[in-house]
Amino acid sequence: MKCNEAQTVSDKTQYKESSLWDRVKLGIHLLYCKNCQKYSSDNNHLTQVINKAQIKTLTPEDKEALKGVIEKGNFH
Amino acid sequence: MAKNLLDPTKWIDKYADYLYNYTIVRVNDDEVAKDIISETFLAGLQSKDNFKGEASERTWLISILKRKIIDHYRKSNSRKGKAEVRMFFTNEDGEDENWIEQQVSDPYERNAQETMENSELGISILECLEKLSPKHAAVFKMKTIDNFDTEAICNEFNITPSNLWVIIHRARTAMADCLKQNWF
Repeated sequence: MKCNEAQTVSDKTQYKESSLWDRVKLGIHLLYCKNCQKYSSDNNHLTQVINKAQIKTLTPEDKEALKGVIEKGNFH
Repeated sequence: MAKNLLDPTKWIDKYADYLYNYTIVRVNDDEVAKDIISETFLAGLQSKDNFKGEASERTWLISILKRKIIDHYRKSNSRKGKAEVRMFFTNEDGEDENWIEQQVSDPYERNAQETMENSELGISILECLEKLSPKHAAVFKMKTIDNFDTEAICNEFNITPSNLWVIIHRARTAMADCLKQNWF
């Protein structure tokens, strides 16, 4: 497994979209590749941080409504 | 130094989630938060000629938002009437009451602290997102924060799954770099 492949598996794992076999290959790659170890650990950390933050976003409908407010206001 | 300019047509895409996160932890009510944000944008439009370009667009909007949040508290306080002031430490039957301690101890205190910290974390994440290109930021946000599935995002942006993973990879690398200063 090459580094770019390993990092893609690490990315997909963050979204639970990697296969078990890919994760096994990633695990083997990580045994000897310092660079990808670093990437993978930062990547896992990023996921934890984002989950912890519990960011709330406005729904697309809310945003459309706000855009309408701005458009209206911009003309006056 | 180049002066910052205002571009209201991009306000919603760039700042709406940021302002919403800032507001929701302070007012704790979805509808109220949305009203305050909409008032903030309107106030911004009305006073956009006063913008001197010294602060960033976002800082300027946040300063308006802060005033709107304070206004909201003022209004809800005057509606509530005067706070109850108790003069005696005993109840009607003459029994001692522990009311001071009851008033002071706040089982949610630790929680509130945590909520504030998480909200600050959320704000840093949204600030880092602004540094990505608008498309990368939008794809990353949809995938990571709004949890849309890959197919839906590919359709929305008309990209292939492998395009999506390249964008996600670049975005995650940039986000990790940006957040590193705060998270360890």
